[in-house]
Formats: sequence, C-alpha cells, structure tokens
Amino acid sequence: MKLTLKIWRQKNAATKGELKTYPIDGIEGDMSFLEMLDVLNEGLINKGEEPVVFDHDCREGICGSCSLQINGEPHGPDRLVTTCQLHMRMFKDGDTIVIEPFRAKAFPVIKDLVVDRSSFDRIQQAGGYISVNTSGNTIDANTIPVNKQDADESFNAATCIGCGACVAACKNASAMLFTAAKVSQFALLPQGRIEATERVLNMVAQMDKEGFGNCTNTGACEIECPKGISLENIARMNREYLSASLKG
Amino acid sequence: MSTLDSKIPKGPLADKWTNYKNEINLVNPANKRNIDVIVVGTGLAGGSAAATLAELGYNVKTFCYQDSPRRAHSIAAQGGINAAKNYQGDGDSNYRLFYDTVKGGDYRSREGNVYRLAEVSANIIDQCVAQGVPFAREYGGYLDNRSFGGVLVSRTFYAKGQTGQQLLLGAYSAMNRQINRGKITPYNRHEMLDLVIVDGKARGIIARNLVTGEIERHSAHAVVIASGGYGNAFFLSTNAMGSNVTASWKIHKRGAYFANPCYTQIHPTCIPVSGEHQSKLTLMSESLRNDGRIWVPKKKEDAEAIRQGKKKPLDLSEQERDYYLERRYPSFGNLVPRDVASRAAKERCDAGFGVNKTGQAVYLDFASAIQRFGKEQAGINGIESPSAEEIIKLGTQVIENKYGNLFQMYEKIVDENPYVTPMMIYPAVHYTMGGVWVDYNLQSTIPGCYVTGEANFSDHGANRLGASALMQGLADGYFVLPYTIGDYLSKDIKTGKIPTDTKEFDEAENKIRELLEKLINNKGTHSVDYFHKKLGHIMWDKCGMARNAEDLKSAMVEIRALREEFWKDVKVPGGMDEMNAELEKATRVADFLELGELFAKDALHRNESCGGHFREEYQTEEGEALRDDENFMYVAAWEYTGDPGNEVLHKEELEYENIEVKSRSYK
Repeated sequence: MKLTLKIWRQKNAATKGELKTYPIDGIEGDMSFLEMLDVLNEGLINKGEEPVVFDHDCREGICGSCSLQINGEPHGPDRLVTTCQLHMRMFKDGDTIVIEPFRAKAFPVIKDLVVDRSSFDRIQQAGGYISVNTSGNTIDANTIPVNKQDADESFNAATCIGCGACVAACKNASAMLFTAAKVSQFALLPQGRIEATERVLNMVAQMDKEGFGNCTNTGACEIECPKGISLENIARMNREYLSASLKG
Repeated sequence: MSTLDSKIPKGPLADKWTNYKNEINLVNPANKRNIDVIVVGTGLAGGSAAATLAELGYNVKTFCYQDSPRRAHSIAAQGGINAAKNYQGDGDSNYRLFYDTVKGGDYRSREGNVYRLAEVSANIIDQCVAQGVPFAREYGGYLDNRSFGGVLVSRTFYAKGQTGQQLLLGAYSAMNRQINRGKITPYNRHEMLDLVIVDGKARGIIARNLVTGEIERHSAHAVVIASGGYGNAFFLSTNAMGSNVTASWKIHKRGAYFANPCYTQIHPTCIPVSGEHQSKLTLMSESLRNDGRIWVPKKKEDAEAIRQGKKKPLDLSEQERDYYLERRYPSFGNLVPRDVASRAAKERCDAGFGVNKTGQAVYLDFASAIQRFGKEQAGINGIESPSAEEIIKLGTQVIENKYGNLFQMYEKIVDENPYVTPMMIYPAVHYTMGGVWVDYNLQSTIPGCYVTGEANFSDHGANRLGASALMQGLADGYFVLPYTIGDYLSKDIKTGKIPTDTKEFDEAENKIRELLEKLINNKGTHSVDYFHKKLGHIMWDKCGMARNAEDLKSAMVEIRALREEFWKDVKVPGGMDEMNAELEKATRVADFLELGELFAKDALHRNESCGGHFREEYQTEEGEALRDDENFMYVAAWEYTGDPGNEVLHKEELEYENIEVKSRSYK
C-alpha cells in the first residue's frame, strides 16, 4: 500500500505545531498502525530526520498508552480497539491519513503526538480507591459475597484503560465516562459503598478542577471507547452524585 | 568462587516465616517518617511495595518510564493468580501449592522462599477483594476458580482475561491513596539510569526525566528495584515495547550478582509471527488450554497443503489430526507446564507438521469445547433434542463469556474468526525466571538494594507455572518486603537525610552524562532497532527454546561483535535535553547487548536441561529434559568484573529437605 500521512509535529509544549506531509510505501495489511509508524520512523532516522514521537507500550490494547486522533477519530476507524491494535487492512492503497494528538485543554501536548494525561491520575488520586490497609489482615474473601450481575458490571466498568479516547471524542472534552467508570466499579461493590459519598464528590470536583468540559449526552465517548465502557456508568455516577450532594 | 548465603531461617518449613517475622527488628512509627525509600517500577511488585511502605509511614518515591504507574506491563497478564484457598474443596493446601511450584520449577528454586509464597498467597486474594478488585464470581456470589497448567487442582482466581489489569489497578489505587496522603511522590516518565552507592550501601539513584531530558539525583535510605524481566533481549517477545533490563543491569554492574540469566520462559500460546515488520508478539492466555485442544495434521502432506493454502484445518477429520499433547502426556494432556508444551510445539513444527504460511504454528481448537458446553447448556435450558446449530450457538456463548476478549484480540490481529476456524499459536518469549540474586529478605548482594517481582530470581526455579507471576509480584510487595526491609532500615533511624551533593552522586551522574553524550554524538549509520533486531535473531536462533554448546559459544562471539558494532555505528537522532524516544531505546539496547552475552555464557555453563533451559545434548530418549542434580543443583549467581563474557560464578547450593527431588513427569 502507498499512503500519504499528514502528521502533527510539535517540538515541545512551548512551540507551535503544524501538520507535515509524509508519503509512505510498502505498507501491508497485517501491520498494525503503530508498526506502520515504526516503518516511517526507521525511514526518517535513515534520512537523518527526527522520528515522530508517540506514546505506546504494551501494543496489545491493554496498557492505555497509545492514543492518536486518526482521521478525526480517537484510535481510528475500527471499533473496540486501541491504535496499537488497529490494522492497516482498515485502509486502502492511496489513502491520506491525518494523525494528530488527542485534543483537550486538560491534555496538553508534550511533543508531536504525545500528550500529558496526568489529569487522569489526579482524578483517581482524589478518591478512586477503597481505604483499606494492605496488611493482608482483612477478612476472608468469600465472606463478602457479591451478586454476580453486580460483580460483572463492576468488572465491565473496571476494564477502562485510561487512554483518554472518551475525552478526545467529546466536543466538550468531558472526562465523565472515565470518571464514571471508576465511580461505578466501586459503587457496585459492597466494599465500595462505605466511602461512596466522599468518593463521587471528590472525584467530580477534581475532574472539574482539571478543566474538563461538561457532559451533554452526545454519546461519542461510548462509541469511540476501545473497551466499550457504557454510558450507563455516567447515569449511575449522576445518581451517585445527586444522592451524595443531598447527603453532603 | 564463593558460596552465597541465602539467609533462610532455621526451623520447620511451615514455621520459618512466622518465626522470622517475630524476631526481626522493627522501626518505630515516629522514626519511619525520617526514612526515605525509592521504588523503581510500578507494576504489581513495585506498586504494591510502594503503597505498603508508604502506608507503614516511610517516605516513598516511585519511578516509572510510563506516563502513569497504571501502565506497567503487569497490566497485560491475562489468565489469573494462584492462591491456596481451597475454595473448591479439591484438596488444595499451602503444601500442595508449594510442591507444585517447586516441581514446576524443575527443582531449581528455594524451598524456603517458595513455601513463604504459598503461605501468603491466600492473603493476597483477601486483600485484593477488600480493595475492590472485581474477580470472577459464581451465581451464588462467591469467587470462581479455574485450572492452569502443571497442577491438578483449581486454584486460579481470575477476572476474565484481564486479571493482571485488575490487580494492577488495585495496587495503583492503593498507591493513589498514599499519593493523596502525601506519602508517595510519583516520578512518572522517569527512567533510572544508575544506582548510587555510599559507604557500601545503596543510597540513591540517577534518573532521567524523559520529558525534559534533565538528569536528576534522588537519595534514599534504601532502593527497591521492581522493574520486571529482560525478555526484550529477544527483540520479539510478549513484553511491552519499553520493558527493559536497565535498572537490574545497572545494579548488577554496581555489584549485585545476577542469577540464572538463562532461565527464560517461552510461552506456548502466542499469536504466530506474521512478517518482518513485527514489533512484538501477543500472548493468548494459557487458560485457553483449559478448553482448547492443541493439534497438528497427522500427515506431512496435509500440513504442506495447509501451508500452501490448498487445504483448510476444517477439511481434516478427527483421524487426520494429531493431538500430540494428549498423545504424549495422557494425564496432563493440554495442561502440561509451559516449557513442556512449548518444546512439544517446536518439535512438531521442526519435524515438518507446522501450519500457517511459515510452518511455525500449531492449532488450538475450541470445536470440542463448543460442543460440550452447547450440549450442557441445552440440558440446563431444557431444550430437548437440540439442533446442531443450536448446540454451536449455545456453546459459543459459553466460550465467549469465558474468553471473549481474547477471541476478539485474536480476530483483530489475525483477521480470522476463532469461533469457527481453529486458532493458530506458537511459542514466544514471555517471562524471565532469572534475575538479580536476592536472599530470603529480597536483598541483593548490595546492602540496602532490594529486588522484587520478576526482576529477582528467587521463586520460580527453571520454569514458572501459570498464574504464579502475579502471585509472586504481589506477595513480594504487599507481604514480604515491607517486613524484611524494616530489619535493615532499623539501623538507619539516626542517619538523617542522605545528601546528593557528594562525590558518589557526582561520579554516577557524570558517568551517565558521558554515556548519553556518546550515544547522541556517535552519529553512526544504523538505528537502534537495527541492532536490537540483530540481537533478537541471535538470541532466538541460538539461545531460544533449545540450545547447544556450539551455538551458545558462537552466540557469545556474535553478541560481543554486535555490541562493538553498536558503539561504533549506532545513530541516535535528536538531543539529550528533550523528549527523545530513540535515546531511551539506545540506553536500553546497550544493556541488552551486555546481558545477552552473560545469558549465553550461563546457558553454556549449565550442562543439563531443566525447565525452560533445554540443552539438546541433555535429553532422555523420549526427548524430555534431563537434569543433572549431582552437578547442577545450584543457583548460578554471576559477579560483574568489567566484561559480561568474563563474569565470575558464585554458587548457592539448593537443598531440598521437605520435597523428594524426582524427575519431573506429566505423563
């Protein structure tokens, strides 16, 4: 396959970036999108140019490092995959592909396609945990039975990989789906109920403080989420938030 | 050569850990506030250690090269975590978990360590459930278990195919709680590049800020290395792209012995290589072997026809298929340990029965399981005489519930539907049992430098059983290190803050600056990946699933030559004072190029086959591994002397007082 890549290049946070055009040849359908970028970078290095920097690590769709806005969509045109699992067979010979970083005020660009998502860490630090000491001296695991449906739903919420596609997909750059997934994971478990009130209030407050936008229920986040995190989580978080606010 | 002291406490096996904990020194809570600990790596071992140490009151600094602790490669572990809970009532116990682990490791691990691991395993599950880790449950609300290779009980707890993710997010949440309390300062996008030793003790690290390129000095009273394994020496492995040996290798060069580097796990169920562009390999959880049956065509003509695309796997009848694991190992069948399953796949492919275009693949087939579950579900749902389609539909649903995410991942990569066409799999480098030598306290041969998780060597011997890596990482971090490090730190309560404006920090920082400048100014002709791929080919061809003396000798020569070529000819674009992914790779590959030679040397010196180390010269008539207990029942711990090809061997003899050492049989 022969392709034309238009890639966002930006030296660092302080300088302005721009789209640059790179023709590329010899791309096979079995390559992942990031392997295609590896080929591009190898060529750039050999030519004495600086390679394109992008975040990536596990390359099996679970670490949440890779990002990329591909032709306007987070993680590109395929569904339920991250960029590292997007394969070039989704594209045709002669295509032009525009590759940009995830865009959001709360995700400033560090360099080229790499953005700073530490705002997600700070939302989790605000309450995304159960306050239990790690001494191991808790109660036997099976003394806390959990209804299977609740356990499964909690698990589904917990599969969020924290990649930020939901934010990049949202016209308001809202982090509601991400925050709601964590709130839901704990809200659905008996162990998580004890701190449920403080948790939802603190996490939402942090989310607002980081400069994420509001949710207007467009649902783009759910469509672009590589892990299929459901909008129901946002509804659950709203219920949790309302009841917490009334208590608080 | 000297003999190493593992410091295993005296007394009966089952009482060692309890008695030891009762006797070691503790640090008063008020004094813990004055003590700093550095933790390098934030996976299961590092994240759990950081959280627990902070909770105890120490000031913790964590370091990871990723943008968040949550992205450490523990996250990719799929199948599960072992614990001797005996919830299934199938006869499990601490002793059985201990026994299975020692046997699975082919009698090359330490009894005392492994028993402690088994002993604390049950607590891990209690801890994780209390943290809100959403393990799989049965309809009654209680925890579910599955079975894994090399054992005869169901002791594996799991969260679909994302167990590592859920456990890591648990440890990350425990870290977040401590970050919120101000007890952990996280340094993300930072890479440790050297250890600083002051008066013979580990007192800090030199790290590079990967965003700004700044070289930083960080001091502490103790340093914990939890930076994972070195599988990426092979270039292609199931490790993350950034997984590296640098932290371990740098402490090795500062005096920590490196143990059993040749013990590598080649995992049997990975997606086969598709072409030269391949950047990494993807694992399919071993749990698939619970329900999938592994086979190749019985006749070579059929295998050839499949390779040429003239036949499809479904064209072959039952009689034309060779379920070789069931044939060779009737009692364990498809659930033999990983090393055995990997070698058996290689044996069939080398003999010409492999499938896929390359001939380097075998089938993993779910058709029987779909039938079995389909019929079972029809019965449960009261469907009388169900049609063939109904059975397949119901059976497929069960498989989807159990392994849905894995099947989806396979389909995305290979572009074939594994519910219909059998999966293709082939072994790939996955885990390294070898690592930095540590004693019972998890302390390396450098006082104050501790090593946990995959980065150390201690618990898995020559082969690791499935679902044991997560267990070991969390056991080390939550329940072992926080006790043992206290004994060491109890002598540091009056030391005060360690200054960083000393000659030791100057020396270490200057060395790193020189290294980075050299790489940047080298301006050679080939990229870092060019060298990494070459190293990978040497490792896979000559130090891979089967090794022999001749190949290993030539591997040592070739790796040395490649290392020299790297330093002459590597090209690293960009500068030092900025984000520079090529520079990061270059420092890592430079270390792999040294480790690789020691790896081959270790494999060459071990004139026996054991676990993941299979020497072609040492096998039984049936092609099984042949150990030499008389001469090699020891840990080989290597001391760096300035040249990885000339390291000095130190032995730790292994003693088995509670287990009868037998030849390992899964027949």
